[in-house]
Amino acid sequence: MSAASQDVATRNSIFARAIIYVVLILFAIYYLLPLYVMVVNSLKPLDEIRQGNMLALPQQWTIAPWLSAWSTAQIGVQPVGLKPYFINSMLMVVPAVAISTMLGALNGYVLTKWRFKGDSIVFGMMLLACFIPFQIVLIPSARILGLTGLAGTITGLVLIHAIYGLGFTTLFFRNYYEAFPTELIRAAQIDGASFFQIFRRILLPSSGPIIVVTVIWQFTNIWNDFLFGSSFSGFNSIPLTVALNNLVNSSTGVKEYNVHFAGAILAALPTLIVYIVSGRYFVRGLMAGAVKG
Amino acid sequence: MSFLKISNLYKNYGQVEILKDINIEIDKGGFLVLVGPSGCGKSTLLNTIAGLEPITSGEISINGNSVAGLHPSKRDIAMVFQSYALYPNMTVAGNIAFGMEIRGVPKDERDKAIKQVSDILQIGHLLDRKPSQLSGGQRQRVAMGRALVRDPQVFLFDEPLSNLDAKLRVDMRTEIKRLHQRMKTTIVYVTHDQIEAMTLASKIAVLKDGMLQQFGTPAEIYNSPANMFVADFMGSPAMNLLNCRLEGGAGGLSVILARPDDQPLALPIKMPNGALDAYSGKEIIFGVRPEALTDPDGADRNAKSIAEGECLIEVVEPAGSDTFAVTKLGGKEVVARLRADAAIHAGQKTKLAFNLDKAVFFDPKSQLRIA
Repeated sequence: MSAASQDVATRNSIFARAIIYVVLILFAIYYLLPLYVMVVNSLKPLDEIRQGNMLALPQQWTIAPWLSAWSTAQIGVQPVGLKPYFINSMLMVVPAVAISTMLGALNGYVLTKWRFKGDSIVFGMMLLACFIPFQIVLIPSARILGLTGLAGTITGLVLIHAIYGLGFTTLFFRNYYEAFPTELIRAAQIDGASFFQIFRRILLPSSGPIIVVTVIWQFTNIWNDFLFGSSFSGFNSIPLTVALNNLVNSSTGVKEYNVHFAGAILAALPTLIVYIVSGRYFVRGLMAGAVKG
Repeated sequence: MSFLKISNLYKNYGQVEILKDINIEIDKGGFLVLVGPSGCGKSTLLNTIAGLEPITSGEISINGNSVAGLHPSKRDIAMVFQSYALYPNMTVAGNIAFGMEIRGVPKDERDKAIKQVSDILQIGHLLDRKPSQLSGGQRQRVAMGRALVRDPQVFLFDEPLSNLDAKLRVDMRTEIKRLHQRMKTTIVYVTHDQIEAMTLASKIAVLKDGMLQQFGTPAEIYNSPANMFVADFMGSPAMNLLNCRLEGGAGGLSVILARPDDQPLALPIKMPNGALDAYSGKEIIFGVRPEALTDPDGADRNAKSIAEGECLIEVVEPAGSDTFAVTKLGGKEVVARLRADAAIHAGQKTKLAFNLDKAVFFDPKSQLRIA
């Protein structure tokens, strides 16, 4: 009797599990379909795309569209491909992420472990920075970049992105350090460690998960930014997102869809790689903040 | 010459007074225990000694030098925290040596100091581990090692045993006492556990609501509590505090205790204290510890003033080493501590001996001790 009912239970759970997997796989396929279309069509000659079957595999495989997108495609008026703009984006993203993450960590440290009168007001104001729409700060930013002589330079873009990201990075680190035991800071104080020694020797080594979260968040946001890139870049500092737009929207010649697909994938690749490499820490870091905070 | 001296110390958080007029002095090599219920300000007081909290007014001096306003690292103190506060990213050896590293002590000297301390605490085999790989008792030892290696003028302990299980706590208590006898360093120790306070201290400071209730040796605190709070807080089971009347007669003063369903019990005081005379005929609080209330055979033979009285036993609680009996006197439950094999049964009337040498009396209004 009990063995039989156990059998039924087992069968039911296998059945339920099967349904769950089928549904999940269907969703995964649905979700991955756009990527599939992009990859497949970026590997076809233009003629095949014109025949109209977007979902078909290439009859004739070619990487020519990728090479073209990278180094010879017409971007605006210049046939240079996405390569120089890719480099621009890298030169912009890496310092901006590093600066905003470091300053965010420092802010979080001060706001939780070196509290001062009015610290919650300061934090509230920094938090507000997370909600200010990009458009509102466009003109003031342009003015400041003009006054500092940084208009149209990569340094200027780094500055804007670093400042704009500060609200988020501060929020992340403050919430993470809030759960960090204050007794450790006190122990280090008694041991004679200075403000920065405590930060570097005690706090930072324990901040791995939240650093990963912040870096992924900032990297993705700054890499994908279009508005600041198109507003504040000069001729030599156009980031990849803007260049991709120029590639796709060039009004002269034939629309090379396969090159556009390849270019779009190239533009998405760095954020994808960052996520794949450190994604599991991302989830872990978010959880650490959520559960303890 | 007192070694650690706290005088007229006040500490406010905004409008709230956390510590009020604290005055404490201990000699070199003394073991001061700050004890009190949670929220009484004992940890805050320790933090002000450590320099982790600024004081509002008053003075703290160590070995004759004022330390108020000095950075924690300049006070020549070491502290053991309740959560141990071991740096999670460093090994045990790294934890112990961190302070020396910051002070720029050369590597070979550091290694020698680590070796010495780990030998004392028997943690040599743990030196390469991370704190997360240690048990509670091991972490406790490492935290003490980190303090010991400094060889400070004063050790500060902030409820160091409260995160350990009961058995380990007793072991570590003995260990701390042994360590103190060996190092002869002055210690300030915070606890809410009055047994820890009694066993460890050379001087106890009892705090409540930020005010020092009493400061004295464990025996003074236990036998002559300054007020009803101290009497109630120190000792387990707690002191019996009973409402009674004091009556004068031909043979001197007597304590009159109400009994349920019976005549009041009169206990003649053979060795009266002059201070009690003024309270003759008045209601006062009579305090007697459970061990001063026992079966007549087990009463202290050296006591000068023993009074006996019949009491109705309500509950009997054998605890192995002793038997506790609960009766009702003066409208309150009273715990008596009897020999383990005392012939006693619930629901029966039994003669109990009150050792009045050990009895204390309090004014019911001011709650202060009269005699």
